[in-house]
Amino acid sequence: MSSTTVFNSTTPHRDADAVNRRLKKRYAAERRFRLYGLLSVAAAITFLVILLSSIVANGLPAFQKTYLQLDITFDQNLLGIDDVSDSGQLISADYQRVVKEALKVKFPEVSDRRDRRALNALVSNGAAYQLAAMLKADLSLLNTSQSVWLYADDDVDTYFKGNIDRNIPESERRLKDKQFQWLDKLEAEERVKKSFNWTFLTAGDSREPEQAGIRGALMGSFYTIVVTLLLSFPIGVAAAIYLEEFAPKNRWTDLIEVNINNLAAVPSIVFGLLGLAVFINFFGLPRSAPLVGGLVLTLMTLPTIIIASRAAIKSVPPSIREAALGVGASKMQTTIHHVLPLAMPGMLTGTIIGMAQALGETAPLLMIGMVAFIVDVPGSFSDPATVLPVQIYLWADSPERGFVELTSAAILVLLVFLATMNFLAVLLRKKFERRW
Amino acid sequence: MQISTLLLILSLIVLGAYYLGLRRSLQVAGRPGKRKHTLHSLPSYYGLLAALWSGIPAALIIVFWVAAQNTVITRLVVDALPPEYIASVGADELTLVINDIKNLASGNIISGQSGPMMQAAAERYLHLQSISRLALAMVVIALAIAGMAVIWWRITPGLRARNQVEAIIKAALILCSTIAILTTIGIVLSVLFESIRFFKMVPFTEFAFGLDWSPQIAIRADQQASSGAFGVIPLFAGTLLISTIAMIVAVPIGLMSAIYLSEYADKKVRAIAKPLLEVLAGIPTVVYGVFAALTVAPFVRESGEWIGLSVASESALAAGLVMGIMIIPFISSLSDDVINSVPQSLRDGAYGLGATRSETIKQVVIPAALPGIVGGILLAVSRAIGETMIVVMAAGLAANLTANPLEAVTTVTVQIVTLLVGDQEFDSAKTLAAFALGLLLFIVTLCLNVIALHVVRRYREQYE
Repeated sequence: MSSTTVFNSTTPHRDADAVNRRLKKRYAAERRFRLYGLLSVAAAITFLVILLSSIVANGLPAFQKTYLQLDITFDQNLLGIDDVSDSGQLISADYQRVVKEALKVKFPEVSDRRDRRALNALVSNGAAYQLAAMLKADLSLLNTSQSVWLYADDDVDTYFKGNIDRNIPESERRLKDKQFQWLDKLEAEERVKKSFNWTFLTAGDSREPEQAGIRGALMGSFYTIVVTLLLSFPIGVAAAIYLEEFAPKNRWTDLIEVNINNLAAVPSIVFGLLGLAVFINFFGLPRSAPLVGGLVLTLMTLPTIIIASRAAIKSVPPSIREAALGVGASKMQTTIHHVLPLAMPGMLTGTIIGMAQALGETAPLLMIGMVAFIVDVPGSFSDPATVLPVQIYLWADSPERGFVELTSAAILVLLVFLATMNFLAVLLRKKFERRW
Repeated sequence: MQISTLLLILSLIVLGAYYLGLRRSLQVAGRPGKRKHTLHSLPSYYGLLAALWSGIPAALIIVFWVAAQNTVITRLVVDALPPEYIASVGADELTLVINDIKNLASGNIISGQSGPMMQAAAERYLHLQSISRLALAMVVIALAIAGMAVIWWRITPGLRARNQVEAIIKAALILCSTIAILTTIGIVLSVLFESIRFFKMVPFTEFAFGLDWSPQIAIRADQQASSGAFGVIPLFAGTLLISTIAMIVAVPIGLMSAIYLSEYADKKVRAIAKPLLEVLAGIPTVVYGVFAALTVAPFVRESGEWIGLSVASESALAAGLVMGIMIIPFISSLSDDVINSVPQSLRDGAYGLGATRSETIKQVVIPAALPGIVGGILLAVSRAIGETMIVVMAAGLAANLTANPLEAVTTVTVQIVTLLVGDQEFDSAKTLAAFALGLLLFIVTLCLNVIALHVVRRYREQYE
């Protein structure tokens, strides 16, 4: 009623004006709203770009490593080897001393004890293992002089990657003025080089960034995921088949359904508590083992796989089932011979996505002790191990600059694996997707 | 005999059982062309039945044997130790001794001294282990062959092999589907039992209403500082603070992106932007944690200093911001689903009345989709509360009851991790407190999830 009185009281001319003005406002609001939407999408994508670029920028240098060239003399006396055939002696020989000797020859002017120590600190103590491996491979090197590229210490590595500023006061940086002089001398003689960091891919964890690698974590992840896959795929598919094809609609199956949906949203750390209380304390399975990690991740990924598999089974049209039943197949035969193969691509896609989730999961594995510092590369399902995301967490906690690089590099490796898996899932979906 | 060898032998027997069952069924049916009887099922079902009967009991025995083996052998070894020695060491030390014996048996370095008694015990341990393995192998092989033989005898043309095989498969399917229930029961029981033990040491009221959280228990009686306070309020406040910041970031951005992508964007933009948002969802939380700790937190602190605010290096703001970024795709994909399921007729009606697009969205689509969107947001809140890695890496450790986002706070999940990572004894209040926190976390997220799923489901039914 009131609006009609308003219309009646205004002249046609003023009315059109008001409408036009209001229309202008409304269109402005429309444009603003649209802009907000665009800005939100842009913001989300910007976050992604910042995240990825900061990781790539931090991580790429870790694939390179600095080497220093020294003239090493494999002096039998200095090494303390009197019997060449004794492999124990070859391993425990004092390679550190040979490196120190080589540095002493290279920089004869350094005599002060503290300076000498600073000089020795330029070379990684992993250099000793390098020399041990060389000598073990070729015994004829004994008592000869060789020009060898040795690992530089992580501080030196950081410096040559441009992350130590020489202009800040000496007391605030990890390399001192004298060390810079020596490095300058080496660099002038072209005894410094950077090349691909194979250690990163072939070594286990270490306290020294230049000796640390992701092989142990990768193998740990591999064993854990194998356990997860072997358990969660068959169990998930079987549960989905039962719930979708056989289960009567009653309270019990309703309960199972609600349960699965809830489990999918339970925080992952709670699964870790379950693993700790049940698998480790109750069943006495070993701590830190990929076996237990796999069990916990199985329970965690099962809901994902069941939900995806059920959707895949649901999308198989009833006519297929009716045709099979019509020619005399039993319910089980219909399901196994006809429904299952047709639903398999969807199930596999769901499983791959579940595995990608499991591969990136950290929190529950912290609970079951997979955070220990483990140098050895695990060789079985019950060896103490850590996984790639946990390794990232451990390295991110370490203060040295070298570990920051390693953290980002390990993230890059993890992301490459995840991207491959997701790409595979998309491919599978594209290839086998059927519209009925 | 190694378990893997035994499994190999078992699978060979099972294969043989399949073949024999198949042959037997054809044999009782008579030669082709001169069939005496008609078989009830296809021959392969007789083979399968034989294989299942020979394989399943044997496999079950292996599982139980391996599970029980360690306990039984340890028991036997301990019983063989001189009783006066057991009496002389306490129960705690006895577990140490047992560990030593096991290490000695596997040739590792041991912590205590290895006297002749230890050597004997280690030898006994190894001896019992080899007996156990041998016995297991014999039992399993005998059982597998027996199962096969029973079916072999029972095969007649009238045996309803297919029905029996299908019944077994169905039972296996039912078993698999109950694992979800078992998991829930396992979670509830494991956190509940430890929590009850915790509440025997610390009264529930102190836990639920205490304003102080410092779980360090005094080691010496005269120690002053570390009395151990288990008030959960500051942890919960910290969790809520970080979650709120996350939602302030995620809800507007997530919702607006969903609206833009489903209502405005053309196909090309959608085809690029949607997968990119999904990438954000696929990034592991530990990566977000690294990003928060190494990139965002220093940035937040420096920009705070730049405008003259003192910001803690582990500020709630940094953790909340990154958690918000993590949750954006979650909210946008849920809202996208919900918005797309609003019937087109509602929009067409609004357009017909002359509403602009944004008016249609604001006054028709969003109100219609509201229950679904709220459900999605609740799910997102539950995720934010349960999120662990971002806060472990970017939030503080000390409990701090504050609403200032620039200060460091700690959360429930951070405390669970710090209490349980590393060595622990299972009877101290400190360790058990982690389970009480876990129980709290489980209950809170469960309530949120149940409400959210219910709302979402009701909403879906409305428009289907």
